[in-house]
Amino acid sequence: MKKWRKKITALVITMLVHTIIFAQNDTVEMATTMRSNGKIYIVVAVCLTILLGLFLYVWNIDRKISASEKE
Amino acid sequence: MDVPTLPILNETIRNLYFHVAMWFGMMILYTVSFIYSIKYLYNNNFKNDVFAHHFAGVGSLFGILGYSTGIIWVSVTWISDQSQSLASILKEPKLLGAAIALLIYGAYFVLRGSFTDIDKKARVSAVYNIFAFVMLFPSIWIIPRLVGSLHPGAPGSESGNPALNFKDIDSRLRMVFYPAVIGWSLLGVWIATLKIRWQLLKDKSLLHEEVA
Repeated sequence: MKKWRKKITALVITMLVHTIIFAQNDTVEMATTMRSNGKIYIVVAVCLTILLGLFLYVWNIDRKISASEKE
Repeated sequence: MDVPTLPILNETIRNLYFHVAMWFGMMILYTVSFIYSIKYLYNNNFKNDVFAHHFAGVGSLFGILGYSTGIIWVSVTWISDQSQSLASILKEPKLLGAAIALLIYGAYFVLRGSFTDIDKKARVSAVYNIFAFVMLFPSIWIIPRLVGSLHPGAPGSESGNPALNFKDIDSRLRMVFYPAVIGWSLLGVWIATLKIRWQLLKDKSLLHEEVA
C-alpha cells in the first residue's frame, strides 16, 4: 500500500509540474506588439526598413541630379 | 499565401522574401560590378569604371539593408526566443563575416574618393574591387559554414545554402522567393543604371576626350 501511495504521489507531482511548465510556456509568449499575431510585425518592420532605405537612397540621387541640373 | 508553421520563427519566415532577397540582390550587383572592373582592366574604357562604381554602390545599399533587417529579425528569434545572450550574438560568425565584407566594400568607396587622378583612380579601384569581391566568399560564404553559427546554413542544419537547398526550403516559399529575388535585383539594377546615366551625363566632356 505504501509503495502504491508513493507511486501515485509521484505521478500527481509530475502531472502538476507538467501543468506548471505548460502554463509557463503559455505565458512566455509575451503580448508585446512585436510578438503579437505570430510576430508578423517583425515582417512589417523589415519591409518598412527596406522601403525607407531605398527611398532615402533614391531621394539622395534626386538631390544630386537636381544639383547638377543647376550647373 | 500559406507558409510553413515553425516554432520561434512563426510568421517571420516571410522575411525570407526581404532579408534573404536583399543578400541575393547584393551578391548579383557585386558580381556585375566585379565583371565591369575586369572589363575596365581589359580595355581601359572609362564607362566600365562608372558601371563598376555604381553597381558596387547599390550592392552595398542592399547589403546594409540586409544587415539592418537581420538585426530586427534577430532581436525576436535569437536573442529572446532562443535565449541567446547578446555576447553570443556578437560572436556570431555570419554577422562578423557580413560586417567585414561590407567594410571592405566601404573601403572601396573611400579609396575611390582619395584619388585626384582619374585614370589612376579607375585602375586602382578596379583592382581593389576584384579583391573585395573575392573576399566576399570566405567572409560570408565559407567561414560561417565551417564554424558553428545560429544562422541557417551552419554545420548541424544539414544545408549548404538554406535558401537554395531543395530539402531545406518549402516549395510554397520558393514560389514567392525566386520572383522576389528577381524583382529586388532588377530594382537594384534600375537604381544603379539611373546613377550611371547621371554620372555619364556629368562626365560627358571627359568621355568625348577619351573617344577622340
